[in-house]
Amino acid sequence: MTGAEIVKTTYREAMRAAIREAMQRDDRVFLMGEDVGRYGGCFAVSMGLLEEFGSERIRDTPLSESAFVGAGIGAAMAGMRPIVEIMTVNFSLLALDQIMNNAATLLHMSGGQCSVPLVIRMTTGAGRQVAAQHSHSLEGWYTHIPGIKVLAPATLEDARGMLWTALQDPDPVLIFEHGSLYNLQGTLPADAGAVDIRAAAVRRAGTDITLITYGGTLGTTLTAADALAAEGIDAEVIDLRSLRPLDDKTITGSVAKTHRVVIVDEGWRTGSLAAEVSARIMEQAFWDLDAPVERVCGAEVPMPYPRHLEQAALPQAEAIAAAARQAVG
Amino acid sequence: MAEFCMPVLGADMDEGTVVEWLVKPGDEVHKGDVIAVIDTAKSAIEVESFSAGTVDQLVVGVGQTVPVGTVLAIIAAPGGERAEPVIAAAKKERRPRPAARAEQPAPPAPAPRPVTPVLRHRAHELGIDLATVHGTGAAGAITRADVEHAAAELHPAAAPSPTVAGQKRPRSRPRPGGLRVTPLARRIAHELGVDLAEVTGTGPEGAIREADVRLAQTASKPAAAEVAAAPAARSAADRTQSMRQAIARLMARSKREIPHYYVSNTADMTRAMSWLHNRNRELEVSQRLVPAAMLLKATALAARQVPQLNGYWTDDAFRPADAVHLGVAISLRGGGLLTPAIHDAADLELAELMAKMRDLVTRARGGRLRGSELTDATITVTNLGDQGVESVYGVIYPPQVALVGIGRVIERPVAVGGLVGARPVVVTTLAADHRATDGYTGARYLTALSDLLQRPEEL
Amino acid sequence: MNRTAAKSAPPEAAHRRDLLRQMLLIRTFEDKCVELYSAGEIRGFVHLYIGEEAVATGVNQALTADDSIVSTYREHGHALARGMPLDSLMAEMFGKTTGCSRGRGGSMHLFDVSRRFYGGNAIVGGGLPLAVGVALADKLRGDQRVTACFFGDGAVAEGEFHECMNLAALWQLPVLFCCENNLYAMGTALERAQAQTDLALRAGSYGMPAWPVDGMDALAVEHAARSAAEAIREGGGPHFLELRTYRFRAHSMYDPELYRDKAEVEEWKKRDPIDLLAARMRDSGELSDADFQAMSDELTGEIDKAITAARAAPAEPVEDLTRFVYSPEQTS
Repeated sequence: MTGAEIVKTTYREAMRAAIREAMQRDDRVFLMGEDVGRYGGCFAVSMGLLEEFGSERIRDTPLSESAFVGAGIGAAMAGMRPIVEIMTVNFSLLALDQIMNNAATLLHMSGGQCSVPLVIRMTTGAGRQVAAQHSHSLEGWYTHIPGIKVLAPATLEDARGMLWTALQDPDPVLIFEHGSLYNLQGTLPADAGAVDIRAAAVRRAGTDITLITYGGTLGTTLTAADALAAEGIDAEVIDLRSLRPLDDKTITGSVAKTHRVVIVDEGWRTGSLAAEVSARIMEQAFWDLDAPVERVCGAEVPMPYPRHLEQAALPQAEAIAAAARQAVG
Repeated sequence: MAEFCMPVLGADMDEGTVVEWLVKPGDEVHKGDVIAVIDTAKSAIEVESFSAGTVDQLVVGVGQTVPVGTVLAIIAAPGGERAEPVIAAAKKERRPRPAARAEQPAPPAPAPRPVTPVLRHRAHELGIDLATVHGTGAAGAITRADVEHAAAELHPAAAPSPTVAGQKRPRSRPRPGGLRVTPLARRIAHELGVDLAEVTGTGPEGAIREADVRLAQTASKPAAAEVAAAPAARSAADRTQSMRQAIARLMARSKREIPHYYVSNTADMTRAMSWLHNRNRELEVSQRLVPAAMLLKATALAARQVPQLNGYWTDDAFRPADAVHLGVAISLRGGGLLTPAIHDAADLELAELMAKMRDLVTRARGGRLRGSELTDATITVTNLGDQGVESVYGVIYPPQVALVGIGRVIERPVAVGGLVGARPVVVTTLAADHRATDGYTGARYLTALSDLLQRPEEL
Repeated sequence: MNRTAAKSAPPEAAHRRDLLRQMLLIRTFEDKCVELYSAGEIRGFVHLYIGEEAVATGVNQALTADDSIVSTYREHGHALARGMPLDSLMAEMFGKTTGCSRGRGGSMHLFDVSRRFYGGNAIVGGGLPLAVGVALADKLRGDQRVTACFFGDGAVAEGEFHECMNLAALWQLPVLFCCENNLYAMGTALERAQAQTDLALRAGSYGMPAWPVDGMDALAVEHAARSAAEAIREGGGPHFLELRTYRFRAHSMYDPELYRDKAEVEEWKKRDPIDLLAARMRDSGELSDADFQAMSDELTGEIDKAITAARAAPAEPVEDLTRFVYSPEQTS
């Protein structure tokens, strides 16, 4: 890395810069989705790109998730590198047939012939009081599916760098952007670019307990780690980054050091990604555990509208710290 | 001749029933003619012949249920030719499976009786072959009582007590009554040969955790064989005795394996004590610093400056540690010694260091140290100053390579610039492993330590 | 919009012979599949095209090697018409490594990307978005290709059908939608599932040319497909053909056919597409019974060879079970 200029930016701008870079570098790349063009994107991620790249490459689609996600799959299969934006993860269920039955299976059922180099971006998560049909964290569901890769950029660096790497992947990649992150501010080197998407990242090193999380709850988890530090509990925080495949090595390496784990996952607890991570720790690091694995997950309720109830349904720093104290004993 | 076999009529069909024959022996059939109606689990379906010829024989009668692939009828080729279709030829190769099933409608082997996984496990524990157990439950099902009964017959003396299988169990297996042990603690206990029955758990609801095992190991005999030889509960005096033996072994090994060399230095403490005095005037009594804190911090910082003394001698080579974890020798009230580590001691503020030190002493004496604290030290210091001695030459803790000794801060006549005056001094010593370093390095270390004490504001 | 069946142009006799041979190949292949299935050599679901051969055969005449096909789970006919090798198709039925999808797809998932044959898709309606995407890629690249998308009448009830009609028409994508209306969605008759049974009319409502075609007449199908493909290549956007046809056998291999009358099946069999074309050729003196028998024997021989090869072919090793879930790791 060169000593590049450091610039102020936001998660939204970093994501936009990533799309712009991809469009500039590769003619096969185009963006399509609901209101990505003239409206500028539901979350303003693609604001200005229509003017820059034109309506052939920044394509507004009708409200027909199955058709345009499937069209993205078909175009990818036929040699393009589409970026498909789905407004929220709840809407992605209308395209689940295409994602599960086509994107994830074509390579295998064609005996290796049909690769699908497609990137699907979508917003996930709660925190904005948009109630029970716009707030859920369903990325854990998608991690159930072999054949796709699932990413969750939680930092500016990853918002800026994951897209290009995902577009280089010959297989379909889903990128989940937590809605609460778009306004995240910070700095990045002006020449920030592609990042690795295979490894988890240790966002804070520690020796007493491992806190494992991803996406929207990374900030909350780091806050909890600071609170724990004040009490003399030195927590390590792992940002999974890639939810499928999971980076088992980083997880078990940390457990071997700390012997205690709290998994923080905004998704519902039952059948969650947190459950999968917990099971893997049991399978691969059982003899390193000095306390039961703790989970802090979203409450099992369709997301209610009022702020106090929504907050009560989400993993909070105090609950994470309490779980950590419980594990450390 | 061609065979007309029970066809596969769907992805989930294993067997079918002949509902009706639409032909009889002597009838002529064409390829594609419907010749029978077959009932599958789902529905009755008309099935066709893939051969042409004359029906020679109907092998399976109406109402019979047979597996797919079973021959239903023989069709003689027209004009007596043996026009065996490609399909039939291939089918024969794979027929053994369905044929075998057809031949054994009721297998003579003992019908498997339902056994729950729990019972299966119990039988395994007791060493009972379930095939030999007579089931008294519904439909001949084996009940728990049957298994226990069989065990009693097999081991009349012990059964049905669970101790029958006791010999096979790992020693750390929880006994009925419930010994709560974390997986890590269980593993460490196994590795160190610690009997979990002898360990006091400090975790939730008395769970035994790693630190408990390590403490027990340090406080008792480390060798598994000896633990096994003395399984009875031990008194406090026994524990003290065990610890004494552990120390004896470790120190003897040190003196046997490590070629020690020694250096010493008398450090002027005038500036340090004066700085400490001034500093303490600003602090509340409870927060006042003691000289030991300064000495420990300087010891740790010097170890960072001379990294050749901070680390381990393993596999015939010195491996420097990447952090300074300062082992502190703490004597226990009932006798014995522990050397827990202050992690990253060189990076701690004096107040923090002092707090950690106090905490360690309290917990060491209360038996509540964490495992990592007992194993992580990279260099150890022994401070017998508060016991009044002026200098101490220690024995290195393997696999560490250095042990720093600190005596009492004491006023002594010292000549400075030709004038003799009373000044506070402390004697620092170093015992070091000659395999890892030479006296030159040891001298550099003590000089560095002394220099640090001349700049107390930087500690 | 021309709403009557297109008039059959008289192609050369040799061309008619090709069409006949093509249909007979599909028929013979599937007859063998029935036997192999009954004997347990082919397993799973096998959906037969018997009776519908004129559709695949006719449509394929309008396509070039550069064009693409997205098909359904009833796609043996489309794959054979596309020229996929017999050996690779039969081996796929047997689940062997030499199959067109290495045996991993089976009857419902035949693929040959080298021939731009993007698969049998076994979710009703699921292939339509893919076809729209393939056509979108062609359009973005400026390629003058057509994507032929086959689906049945059942798909017209699916949401994806309507999403795709709209999207393809909105973006004027080069898709030839080929609706094989065989009157039954599995066991549900068209009039029991669709409020408006004139399917071409429904497609037409999306603003694309759409017309019904006699799907039992290979020449009529060819004529209609050629007209549509030509218009698409000239930038006319998507076209829709409702190919009225009938399957003579069960939905998948065998069923008790409780949902339709035997008389109805017999009535349609009178318009068997192979008999229809053969009769026309006989009438014009282009085909003798001996010619037909020779053609049939030759095809049977080829298929028997493919069966023998498929039986002898290696199976995918179990150690390779999880291959092709992800592409091989990229090294650079």
